[in-house]
Amino acid sequence: MQTESLRANSFLFFEDVYKSYGAKVVLDDIDLAVARGEIITVVGPSGCGKSTLLRLVLGQELPSRGQVTLEGKSVGLPDVTRGIVYQKYSLYPHLTVLDNVLMGPRLSMPLLKRWRVRGELREEAFTYLRKVGLAEHYRKYPHELSGGMRQRVAIAQSLIMKPKILLMDEPFGALDPGTRENMQLFLLELWEEFKMTIFFVTHDLEEAVFLGTRILILSQYYTDDRGDGSHANRGAKIVFDTALPKEAQSTSVKSVAAFGALIQQIRREGFDPDYLQHARDFNLNHPYSFQTLRREENGI
Amino acid sequence: MKNKAKFWGIHAAPSKWLSWFLFALPFVLLILGYLLASEYRHRQNPSDKLLPSFSKMATTMQHVAFEKNKRTGEYQLLSDTLASLKRIGTGLGMAALLGVICGLNLGLFPGIRHLFLPLLTFVSIIPPLAILPMLFIVFGVDELAKVVLIFIGTFPVITRDIYLTVKKIPREQIVKTLTLGASQISLVYRVVLPQIFPRLIETVRINMGPAWLFLIASEAIAAQSGLGYRIFLVRRYLAMDMIIPYVLWIVCIGITVDWILKSLLRYKFSWYMKQQG
Ligand SMILES: Nc1ncnc2c1ncn2[C@@H]1O[C@H](COP(=O)(O)OP(=O)(O)O)[C@@H](O)[C@H]1O
Repeated sequence: MQTESLRANSFLFFEDVYKSYGAKVVLDDIDLAVARGEIITVVGPSGCGKSTLLRLVLGQELPSRGQVTLEGKSVGLPDVTRGIVYQKYSLYPHLTVLDNVLMGPRLSMPLLKRWRVRGELREEAFTYLRKVGLAEHYRKYPHELSGGMRQRVAIAQSLIMKPKILLMDEPFGALDPGTRENMQLFLLELWEEFKMTIFFVTHDLEEAVFLGTRILILSQYYTDDRGDGSHANRGAKIVFDTALPKEAQSTSVKSVAAFGALIQQIRREGFDPDYLQHARDFNLNHPYSFQTLRREENGI
Repeated sequence: MKNKAKFWGIHAAPSKWLSWFLFALPFVLLILGYLLASEYRHRQNPSDKLLPSFSKMATTMQHVAFEKNKRTGEYQLLSDTLASLKRIGTGLGMAALLGVICGLNLGLFPGIRHLFLPLLTFVSIIPPLAILPMLFIVFGVDELAKVVLIFIGTFPVITRDIYLTVKKIPREQIVKTLTLGASQISLVYRVVLPQIFPRLIETVRINMGPAWLFLIASEAIAAQSGLGYRIFLVRRYLAMDMIIPYVLWIVCIGITVDWILKSLLRYKFSWYMKQQG
């Protein structure tokens, strides 16, 4: 697709986005177009800027250059259009499970109205709690829940606000492998039901390939025509972008050969410091992917 | 391997009875030691004032606690206690209230932080007792100066404590709250305030000690009533039979207040106690 039509048709759109902290460039000319309803998983070496990318969508940080738009509108400070689930700190320690889920609806309603519809609010909160399988724990405090349960509550807490996009920053990173797999299946079930757009940052390749409908690798291990050495001051780019098949979901696909081969390919193209592809040759074969290289990068 | 150690070594696991015994032992020894020393001194000199016997202390306290003072028409212990508690309550209460307000603002708003944090640090280093004479000059020798001393002595610490607690609230949580539709005001009232409240109780608890110090110091210098005032007044007559029970009384009050605050934390803020581990 042409950049023009992508810009007009994408749900989430990054164009020429840079982010630097002081002199350090973290994100280097990011171009990204995302369709509605996708599960975008982002992987990359640690410290490459995955969370930074997510924070740009969230509005927690502003790009140093370039623009991020959601449904054609430039994203502003964090608000109800974008939900977030972090690895930690997503729940309020001083509130019960039910009150945690009710936080959003309560905050976004004037006092009087809140009082009038309090029964309905409670019902709705329970609907979501049942969906995440925690209805009977509604009176517990976060510290009385296991890690997996906490993340389920956090997901319910975000979903009840019906955000346009759900951002998740290593949400299952602190869970043990078994719980983690259950949470992945659970998230896919929710996605089947709500078809929300999910932007999912993880360092676990298996998780990324299993969950995503589209996978991005963000990496600083590449080269271009800006030369070598420190003066180039390169930041991370999207070096790999492909669609992933989404059929019958079961964790057994993780043992299929193609699954393993894809992970091997990703590991090489994104995580190997010695494997430097030229920016021109990145593996960007998703129909929505596009790249606008500047002259000094491309050398032509 | 069976753990045999009951008392010695880092693996010691005292049984329930032993721990009760260990708890009581130093107190019992202290009381015994006192009794012996008092007995000994009274044998030497029946009118000894330094280590009064328990019965002497009891009769003295009987007078001040349960009989109306002829001159003032009041129960002396009661009126002293109320006067002191009023001062400490007002001073510490004001410090807690303003400490929360200031700490919140310092923690939440970078602008205010830059404006006031250095000043707060400066003020918190001033030894409050060093400016006590100034307070007496400015506020007179009445109640106000004493309350102000307690306030000045505890307010910077409380403010700092609250400020640090607010700053410790993860940035993630603040951002999350914004994605749930919070305005800045509701962020403060629904997320930040409820989380610093238990810490406020805790910091008030910790500041009880300094508050008593400032109270007694100011009462010692100029007052008409109060526990500290009484102790320093009767010192002139070497009235240990009054001083010792008064000190014990202060300890009792301290322990009771501490216990109340701790119970409040335990029952109302179990999530907080859990976090502290
Ligand atoms: N607020 C900040 N100030 C300065 N540097 C930052 C800040 N946030 C992130 N960085 C830097 O940006 C880089 C990318 O961070 P991050 O997005 O957290 O990486 P990832 O999520 O991929 O592990 C890191 O090298 C980090 O040091």
